[in-house]
Amino acid sequence: MKPFCALLAVATMIVTPAFAADTSSITIGFTASRTGPLNVDSTGQERGFEFWRDEVNSKGGIQVGDKRYQVKFASYDDQSVGGRVQQLYTRLVNQDKADFLFSPYSSGLTAAAAVISEQYGKIMIDSGGAEEKPFQLGSKHLFMVITSAGHYLSGAIAALKEKNPHAKIAMVYSDDPFSKTVLAAAKEQAKEAGLEVVMDESYAPSTTDFGPIVNKIISSNADAFMGGGHYSDGATLARQMYDQKANLKWISILVAPADDKFSELGAAALGVTVPSQWEPQVNYKPQFGPTTEEFAKAFEAKLHQKADYHVASGYTAGVVLQHAIEKAGSLDTEKVAKALDQTDVTTFFGHIKFAADPKHHGLQVAHEMVLAQWQKANGEVARQVVWPTSAKSADLIYPINAGH
Amino acid sequence: MLGIFASIIDGVLVGLVYGLAAMGLTLIWGVMDVINLTHGAMLVAGMLVLYLLTAALGLSPYATLVPALIGGFIVGLLLYWIAIHRLVGRPPLMSLLSTFSVNLVLIGIGTAMLGTAPFNVPVSVPGISMGRYTFPGPHILAAVLAAVIAFLLYLFLHYTRLGKAIRAVANNREAAELVAIPTTRVLAISVGIGVSLAAVSGVLIGTLFPFTVLSGDSYQLKGFIVTVLGGLGNPVGALMGGIALGLLEGVVAPFVPVSWTLVIEFSLFVVVLIAFPGGVFAPRRGAL
Repeated sequence: MKPFCALLAVATMIVTPAFAADTSSITIGFTASRTGPLNVDSTGQERGFEFWRDEVNSKGGIQVGDKRYQVKFASYDDQSVGGRVQQLYTRLVNQDKADFLFSPYSSGLTAAAAVISEQYGKIMIDSGGAEEKPFQLGSKHLFMVITSAGHYLSGAIAALKEKNPHAKIAMVYSDDPFSKTVLAAAKEQAKEAGLEVVMDESYAPSTTDFGPIVNKIISSNADAFMGGGHYSDGATLARQMYDQKANLKWISILVAPADDKFSELGAAALGVTVPSQWEPQVNYKPQFGPTTEEFAKAFEAKLHQKADYHVASGYTAGVVLQHAIEKAGSLDTEKVAKALDQTDVTTFFGHIKFAADPKHHGLQVAHEMVLAQWQKANGEVARQVVWPTSAKSADLIYPINAGH
Repeated sequence: MLGIFASIIDGVLVGLVYGLAAMGLTLIWGVMDVINLTHGAMLVAGMLVLYLLTAALGLSPYATLVPALIGGFIVGLLLYWIAIHRLVGRPPLMSLLSTFSVNLVLIGIGTAMLGTAPFNVPVSVPGISMGRYTFPGPHILAAVLAAVIAFLLYLFLHYTRLGKAIRAVANNREAAELVAIPTTRVLAISVGIGVSLAAVSGVLIGTLFPFTVLSGDSYQLKGFIVTVLGGLGNPVGALMGGIALGLLEGVVAPFVPVSWTLVIEFSLFVVVLIAFPGGVFAPRRGAL
């Protein structure tokens, strides 16, 4: 027995390095806001990245020519702070030798990270920052898989116009690049639609008490609300508008209601609409990657929770990068960038295509958003797709009345 | 016009809670010249007591005030012996750094264990409506409870033997020792009461707004403004300062964009520091 064991040990020592040498890998670097105010939304995006990595690796990895590469991550907690993002992305490139990068969560942090990715000529797939500005600075390696901020509230404006062509809108939003861009575009779209904007104000992202703001909304005689920013402030706003009975007929809040955690607000969540990059009810016919049903079921089976749009957009960042690498048949940055430029593919997340002109290079031009609303059906509070009508899973409730 | 009146009432309601939140901070400063930078973490501890006890044991939100009060007192005693005792009477920077370090440890533990996702405690108390404006029940109840707790603290400090001992130590520690007041014990109890007040106000704030492990910072910052307005070391002044801050937030909002509120608050902070270094509501030091 002893000689057999010794032989086995020697064989293992010889054989293991041979296997290790064969197991090539691609390193993708990113930061996530595991702490700080962006934590909730960023966690969804990171789960999407991880779920994609695990799925790809379980199927043997990414096919590059006749070789398969396992996906490895190098990641850090950016604490929701822009300054840390730049330090950490520099580290990801220089020390961790990341082959490709994913964006952090939020427009502010993505803009900070994009400076580093462009400086080092690394491809960064952006699934967490919707602001257009970084794409107007001549970037060559930055690609956005989500709909950009300027179109976030287009669906909400169109749906509101259909229900009430004379609606008076209060626009109150966080003083951050993403929210300001979304609401600036929405204001123009509202004016074009003939809707009146009776209040247009931003608040500090650290605001904890929205009482004076809610009183101001009431005084403005608005019957519709559009605004918010990210999870913490959006959830607090929704609760205070409910507590103070703002009597609004329509509420659209950015980002926060797209997370299942929003249902913890109970009655304050009902009727609130949210522009969403993806909902489990949408049903695109993918040319690459899983179907919506396959993705949603596998995610729920593995993590025992439902996927939201941050999870789906994170996963899509991986799918799109994988698609481009496999098309390029190479890990060379410029070849993969060229493949991304030529990408024109439908995934479970929707149609993905990037702007090729130098003034908007990398901006998403094909993906479309939906409008979701928190509704109560069969005793359960859940998000339903209500706009566009061609994609709806339930009728839009207007006016909302549960104390708003 | 009604809108401004509603904002004023709202300001007073939330200001009372700000005042209570700053009271613990100012009490500890008044007694031993220590700026307790764990104050924000203790507020969050109160919020978490509220969340955990209502979610886990199904307690009424307001019933959690009692465990927060007792728990806060015990934690305060520990804080005194761990981070403050050796530094009393030494340069303020030392206790500032010491309590700051404890604060970082506490926030780190909280973040590691609970993350920074927001918690929401739904509280159902009927509010009062005035025209189109509604004052939510939890705001009214929190303000009333804050006023009652502040009044009880006042009675305790002025009409009990221990309270008088605390005031004596605040005014002149050496003289207090000469008349056989056990000053070390009094200092420890003062920190206990200060932290208790922070935890209790954390519970009340948690009934009003969603919160995260990191929420303490913004309330601690407001606590500094309130303390400067009310006069360092003066709990009654803190309550007045809180009301003044709440009123300012309420009154300013209808006239200027809300993003200017913070600018106005901190400008006032600087003006008060220059014009009334002892505080608007407490012209003399050690006015416990």
